[in-house]
Order: sequence, then C-alpha cells, then structure tokens
Amino acid sequence: MDLSLFVIQFLNGLQLGLLLFLVASGLTLVFGILDFVNLAHGALYMLGAFVCAWLTQVLGNFLLAVLLALPVTAVAGLLVERFIARPLYARDHLDHVLATFGLILVIDTLVHLVFGPEGIAVPLPDFLNGQIRLTETLVIPSFRLMIIGAGLAAAAGLYWMVTHTRLGMLIRAGASNRTMVSALGVDIERLFALVFALGAALAGLAGMLIAPITEASIGMGNNIIITAFVVIIVGGIGSMKGAFIAALMIGLIDTLGRSYLDDLFKLVMSQDAAETSAPAISAMLIYIIMAVVLALRPQGLFPPKAR
Amino acid sequence: MNLNGFSRLAMVAAMMAAPAQLLAEDVKIGFVTTLTTGAAVIGNDMKNAVDLAMDHLGGMAGETRLEVIYGDDQFAPDAGKQVTDKLVKQDNVDFVAGYIWSHVLLASRKSVLDAGKFLISANAGPSQIAGKLCDPHFFSTSWQNDQTPMAMGEVLNRQGVQSLYIMAPNYAAGKDMAAGVERVFEGEIKGKDLTKWGADAQLDFSAELAKAKASGANGLFVFYPGAAGGAFIKQYHQAGLKDVLPLYSVFTVDGLSLPKLQEADFSGVLGSKTTNQWDPSLDNEANKKFVSDFKAKYGGYPSFYAAQSYDAIMLIASAVEAVGGDMSDPDAVQAALKSADFASVRGDFSFGSNNMPVQDFFLREVVVDADGTWTTKVVETVYEDHVDSYAAECKM
Amino acid sequence: MTRMTWITLTVMALLAVLPPVFFWTGNAFYLDLATRLTILAIAAVSLNLILGYGGLVSFGHAACLGLGAYAVGIPAHHWLYGGMDALATTNGFVQIGLAVAITALFALVTGAVCLRTRGVYFIMITMAFAQMVYYLIVSIEEYGGDDGLVIDTRSELPGFNLDDPLQLFALAYVSLVVVMLVVRTIVNSRFGMVLQGAKGNEERMVTLGFNVYLYRLVAYVISGAICGYAGALLGNFTTFISPEMMDWARSGELMFMVILGGAATTLGPVLGSAAFIVLEEFLGRLTIYWHLPFGLMLIGVVLFVRGGLMGLLRGGKE
Repeated sequence: MDLSLFVIQFLNGLQLGLLLFLVASGLTLVFGILDFVNLAHGALYMLGAFVCAWLTQVLGNFLLAVLLALPVTAVAGLLVERFIARPLYARDHLDHVLATFGLILVIDTLVHLVFGPEGIAVPLPDFLNGQIRLTETLVIPSFRLMIIGAGLAAAAGLYWMVTHTRLGMLIRAGASNRTMVSALGVDIERLFALVFALGAALAGLAGMLIAPITEASIGMGNNIIITAFVVIIVGGIGSMKGAFIAALMIGLIDTLGRSYLDDLFKLVMSQDAAETSAPAISAMLIYIIMAVVLALRPQGLFPPKAR
Repeated sequence: MNLNGFSRLAMVAAMMAAPAQLLAEDVKIGFVTTLTTGAAVIGNDMKNAVDLAMDHLGGMAGETRLEVIYGDDQFAPDAGKQVTDKLVKQDNVDFVAGYIWSHVLLASRKSVLDAGKFLISANAGPSQIAGKLCDPHFFSTSWQNDQTPMAMGEVLNRQGVQSLYIMAPNYAAGKDMAAGVERVFEGEIKGKDLTKWGADAQLDFSAELAKAKASGANGLFVFYPGAAGGAFIKQYHQAGLKDVLPLYSVFTVDGLSLPKLQEADFSGVLGSKTTNQWDPSLDNEANKKFVSDFKAKYGGYPSFYAAQSYDAIMLIASAVEAVGGDMSDPDAVQAALKSADFASVRGDFSFGSNNMPVQDFFLREVVVDADGTWTTKVVETVYEDHVDSYAAECKM
Repeated sequence: MTRMTWITLTVMALLAVLPPVFFWTGNAFYLDLATRLTILAIAAVSLNLILGYGGLVSFGHAACLGLGAYAVGIPAHHWLYGGMDALATTNGFVQIGLAVAITALFALVTGAVCLRTRGVYFIMITMAFAQMVYYLIVSIEEYGGDDGLVIDTRSELPGFNLDDPLQLFALAYVSLVVVMLVVRTIVNSRFGMVLQGAKGNEERMVTLGFNVYLYRLVAYVISGAICGYAGALLGNFTTFISPEMMDWARSGELMFMVILGGAATTLGPVLGSAAFIVLEEFLGRLTIYWHLPFGLMLIGVVLFVRGGLMGLLRGGKE
C-alpha cells in the first residue's frame, strides 16, 4: 500500500470527521440538554454556508465574512428555538421530528427564493488557495489543513467551555439531570436558548468551512444531518466526548471506505460490479456500525452518566 | 336573483366553451426539466431557451398556436415519471420534451410512448434509448451520452496522452460517459471512481482526487454536470493538480459554471479544454440570433443545455407547421420530425437511423470574450458527421 | 351508529365512487392520483399499527414499501431479460407472496434488534436499517442501482388485469378496506390491548406477566408485511421503482400522513394520505416553491392541531 496516499486519505478523513463533529456537537447539546430532536440542524449548516458565501461576495473577504456570519446563524438558531422548539419541548420526539422536517422544507425553499437555485461559489484569499508540501510526495491543499486546524480549535474551545465555565457546568448538569438544574433556580429558558444558539453557530461554522470546497448549495444540510445523527447516536446522546470520537471514526471510515473498498471488492467480483457497488457499500458502512453499536450498547458508546 | 344566477351560468358556459375551441387547435408541448434543488440552475437555463424559442416563433408554428407546459422532475426519476404521467394524462400534451437526466428519461420513456405521444430529449442520451429501446416516436436534439466523451478520447489520442484516470457520477449517464471515453482511448486506464449522485450527491472529492493523483495517470477525465462541475473544478485546482494531472472534462465547464467561477475570480479554469457538439461561437445565422438574443434577454451566455432546448422547440414547431397543425396522423408527424427541416443552432442537422442526431463534435477552449466575460470558443473539429455506437442495435 | 362510524363510512364511500367517476368523465389522471393515495394509505395504516397504537416510532417504514416493490420488479426483470431462473416470474401470487415474505423477514430481523432500544434510539436505528437497504439496492448494478428499474410487465393475477387502471384501483381499494379491518381487529383483540397498554405504561404490562418485547415484535412484523404488500401494489402502479422510494424523507412522509390524519384511529391514516397527496399535487401545480407552504403547514399541524384531522372531525372532544 502506498503510505503517502494513506496519510493523505487519513487527513481527508480527519477533515470530514472534524466537520461532522462541529455539526454533531451542536446536535448532541440540543438533544442532550433540551431533549429536542432537531432535524433542521442541517438547515442551519446550510444557512451558515449561504450567508457566509454571500458576505464573501459582498465584502470580498472570506475570513471577515465568517466572523459576521457566525452571529447571524446564532440569531437564526435563537429564532428557531423561540418559535418552533420551545412550544414543543413538552411534546414527544415524534412531534419534534415532524415539525423540524417541515422546517427543513421551509428553509430550503426560502434559500432557493432568496439566493436562487445555483448555489454560490466562495473565493478564498490567496494564502488559503494553495497547497502545503509536507514531504516530497505529501501535498495537501492549505484550506483543508485550515479546516482541520479550525475544527480542532473549536473542539478544544468547546472542551474548555464545558469543563471550566459556569455555562459549561450547567450544560454538564443539564445533560445528566435536567430537573435538578431547573430546581436550582437557574433560568432554564435562557440556558436553553443559549445552548440552541451555540449549536446553530457551530453548525453554521461547519457550513462556512465547507462552502469554499463544495460551494453553498441547496439541500447540502440534508446530506450531513443524517450522518450527524449517526455520530451522536453512536457516541451517546449528550456526550461531547462521544460525539468527538464517533465523528472522527465515521469521517475516517467513510473516507477510507471510498478510497480502498473498490480495490478490495475487485478481488472478489468483476471490475464493473465493484465500481458500482463500492461507493454504495462504503456509504452503508456507517449505518452498519450504528446498528452494531446500538445492538450491543443501546445507549451508545459514551452515554452521559446517570440520566 | 334567478336571472342573475342564470346569466352567471351562461357566462361560465361561455368561458368554458371559448378555451375549448382554442384547445382544439393548440398543440401542447410538455417540457420536463429540473426546477428545484441545486440542479435547477440547468433547468432554468433550458426554460429560458424554450421561452426565447417561443418568442422567436411568436408562439405559433405556421397557423397553429403552440403552448408549453413545464414540469419539474425534482432531480429524481420517480418524480420525473410522475410529472410526465400528469402531462400525458391530464394536460394531454402532444409532445413531451426536455429531460436533463438519463435516468429520469429512462423512467419516463414508457409513459410517453405507450400513450402514443412524441418524446423529444433536449439533453439526456442514454445508450439504451439509442440502441435496443429505440422508438420511431423518440427523437433527440442533443447526442448519445457516449459521443462527447468519445470525441474527448480522440483528442487524448491525438495529444499522445498515455494513461487516464476517470471520475463520473454513479448514474446512467455517468456510466455511459466513462464507457465512451474508454471505447476510444488507446492508452491505459489507471482507475475509475463513480461517486454518489442525485439530490444528495457527493460534492467533496478529496478522497477520489488523492487516489487519481497517486495512480500516476497522465490525465484526468471527468464528467460533472451542473452545480457539481464548479465544485469539482475548484477542488481540482485547490489540490494543485493542474500541472501534475491535466484535466479533460465533458459537460463540466460550461455556460453555467463559468459565470460562477468568474464571479469567484477563479482564473485557473481559463484555457481548459472540453468537447461538445455546439458552441456559442459557431458561425451560422440561427446560432448568432440565438446567442445574441439570449444574452440580451437574460444577460449571459446560453449553455449547451439551452442550445439543445431551443433546437427541440424549433424541431417540434417545424413538424407541427409541416402537418398544418393536424396531429391526428402520427405517421405524418413522425415523418415531419424525422426530416428535421429547421434551422438548428449547430448548423446542419439530420437524424440517424435511431433518431439521434448525426453531427460534428468540436474541441472548445475557455477564453475571455471582448466584453471580459468568460466563455468558450471552438479550437478544432474532432469528429465530422459522427454516428453513435448504438445505432446498429436499433431495430426500427 | 356513532358519528365517527358515519364519517368513516362516508369517506370510504367517496373514495370508492369518486375515482371511477373521474375516469369515466375523461380525467384518467385523477384516478391515478386516487390509486397512489389508496396504496400509500395502506402503508400508512400499517405504520399506524406500530406508531399509533404501539407507540413505536419507525423512521424506516419506506424500506418495506421499497422492498415490496422490488419483490415485484426483480422477478419481472428476470422473466424478461433472463438470469436467476428460480426467481423469474410474472405470477402475481408469487410476486406478492415474495413481497410479504421478504418484508416480514426484514421486519423480524431488524425488529429483533431495534426493539431492544427505546425512544429516539429506536427512531434512529429503524432509519439506519432503512438506509442500509437503500444503499444495498443502489449497489446492485443488475437492478439499475441509483437509476431504478422499469417494470415492463405488471403482475399477472387470475381474473384481474392490472394494466387496466380501474381494476388496479379496485384491487388497491379492496385491499385498503381489508387491511383497515384487519388492523382494527388486531387492535381490539387481547393482543392489541397489550400493545396499547405497553405504549402507555410498559412496566405495568411487564408486571402483569406479558412479554412486551415479543408482542411488539409480532406487531412490527405484521406492520412490515402489510407495508410490503402495499409496496407490491405501488410497484405495479408506477411500473418504475428506484431506491429513492426508501429514502428517509419518504419514511418521514409516511409518518406525516399518520400524524396529519390522526394516529391511533382507524380512518386517520387514510385521511392523512389523502390530504398529503392532494396538497402535494395542487400546491405543486401552483408554484415550484410549494415546499414552503407545505412545510409551514406541517409545522402548523404539529404545533396547533392535536390529534390531526380526526381530532378536528371529532370536534376536539378528546
């Protein structure tokens, strides 16, 4: 096996995993603390991408656009929390799924109306547009390295916040015992709104980071949301650590599956059959993993203690 | 009161009678394309071209009024078939035209032909319909999927490219495109990746690009139509492959991706080459009028999708005019369509034995035009009067 | 007879009479719409058994629908194009039997795993299994992969010609009525009481000595098999099948039909699928942006209309 190719694919998998983590961390927060199933979390990811892409075109600066787009997606998250999620906290998960399913349709169509169907390409500043030569054969696009860096930084920031701040303490407490937190006289409504906005901003950030690669496009959120759900289910709902490990695992499995599965399949079937089935089977892998994990550990790999 | 009710009834009756009279003379064209999802960028371009064709015709084919009813396939074969059923059964159209996607066309084909209507593809050209599933009532104003990549394969041979890596979406047309280039290309195929397609298509090609580079191939052949094209081109350049692994694409760099790439100031795409049967710079009267009026009306160059859609409407109009708007004799309409007596934007136009066009294929290059807009121009003619490879399988 | 019984009989009578009238007055398309509606109603009724009465929120029911359709498509494909002689047939009994058997088996195997989980884990694991089937079909080149499969010849049943849209509708309609009666009988039986009891209070049922897991599994299998039957009809109706039929969004639509009409009611799923199909068709004609009003309505129904359309018809008494 070609070692440098493997290293590059590993980095590609890491990049995908970290993006997944950004989306999944917000999802698992909202899910774990608010007990709210938000299918429209992916729509916020798309919204982040579109707002950032549009701002980049207007301002001519990608980094500035990211800084401005973050609060915008946070506010979008606040609005969703206030008008859709809050009235539904007391209801069962089925109602959450259906209402946020409706919200996906609404946001997708609104984006189509506002920005048109074609999506928006995002120009990068020159220093991010090139490649970085790690060794003679190891060349990786600088922007992908930046995604890895930004993802790791966000993960570290989240870790610090959860373990060292008052908000983080409330989040941890909320994830393991919600009634107790509200009994302690904490303004639970404000905490919920904050968590929702934070989750939206994280998802939005992921969208902004991927937009220069894939462009902002309608429906991009629907691709990632299901995978993000797989991540938080495998990791254990409400667990940041679980989301992080599961996201990296799924990102790596998906990328390495796409890289090596067809070669593997060619050993046992015809070339044509292998070329058609390999991408599909590698897409299937993550669901197989989820089913196996749930069959063996119905609460996921790292369930938060004492629910 | 009573009188009021009576007169109202009379009015309603008159209103219902009036369109009924018109309907008897109108010829209706159903036009199926993608109007939602990201792929709507293609659909809108086709719709614009159809509207322009209707403008140029004044809505008339000779003495007969034409009416176009659009249908949205939502980028999915089952939705495409459903909307085709509606056009055929409820709107009772005489022609169903359009179809970007090969799998949508394959799914919808039976609904149109079984009802005795005419099916005109303005883009999709799956091998099956050119060969075994050919039908006298099916015509194409585009190409058979394999042809454009075959022309590219020919270019690769002429340029002496030794080995190739292939990337395409995993659906009917993607497989045909790969088959087309493989049929003609004489060098070695180092590897091939088919990626997930549809409304939730894969748009991050990092793993595949890394594989392509590691394969050591001399060239990379890709087919990524619509929005995916722009995304692919950017990642290709971000990965720094321009000098290591030259790109040879079909239907990827076009009138739809270029404006977006220009907006993002992505000059890496200038100079890249692609094959096609049409180009905005083709020198004939119909094309000049089409391109300049399209630019005037919509503010940008038409894509090849638009050109083919324009031709589809012009072909239908020519046939309707030839039979004097009388749709009662399908054989006469069929013969009129087959004679292809209209001014195509690609110049000479004729149908082969399987009702696919017999046409030239050009090598095109991305250039900056006099106004500073990015577009393509013809470099050379690769194939003259090319007949697709499935015509022999068609028994008709 | 109660008011609800009257409403149910009226709706079912309208559904029987209107479509043929449309057909005879030259609106064949509306008959097709009614056939689609009726077939999806069967699927919704089957989902209602586990979702409405059993409280088991399956987010992967579309997999059964798709498997049922492929159980018709694959034998027909081999019958026409050769290969796999053991499978090749156009015999409707074999095809439909296959559809029911395969989906029952699928529900048995996946249900055995899924039912070990609770709440949102159950929602997600049912979806995961559906996605696996989706990608499995995508991966099989022979059956068209992502492009789907055109069914060139419909199932052959003695005395029925499914190529005739009226007969196909009649078959779908009769099936719907039978399925509604079957589900109603199940629900009102001792078995159904246990199932509903476990939805409200699982521990009490366990304490009473019932093997709740087993009861749920049986219900899950019955539901899957009925949905597979609906899939076989759907394949015969559309004559085109693709993995798209099993997408998670389609499972979401089936759930929506049940909730919109009113979960845990006999007529609810039928009303829900009718409302869904009619809205989709007519909003879609008005604007390509029909997802916007549709989505808003979906949110509105969840937020403000408890008990769905049946709740409205009852006059909010419950």
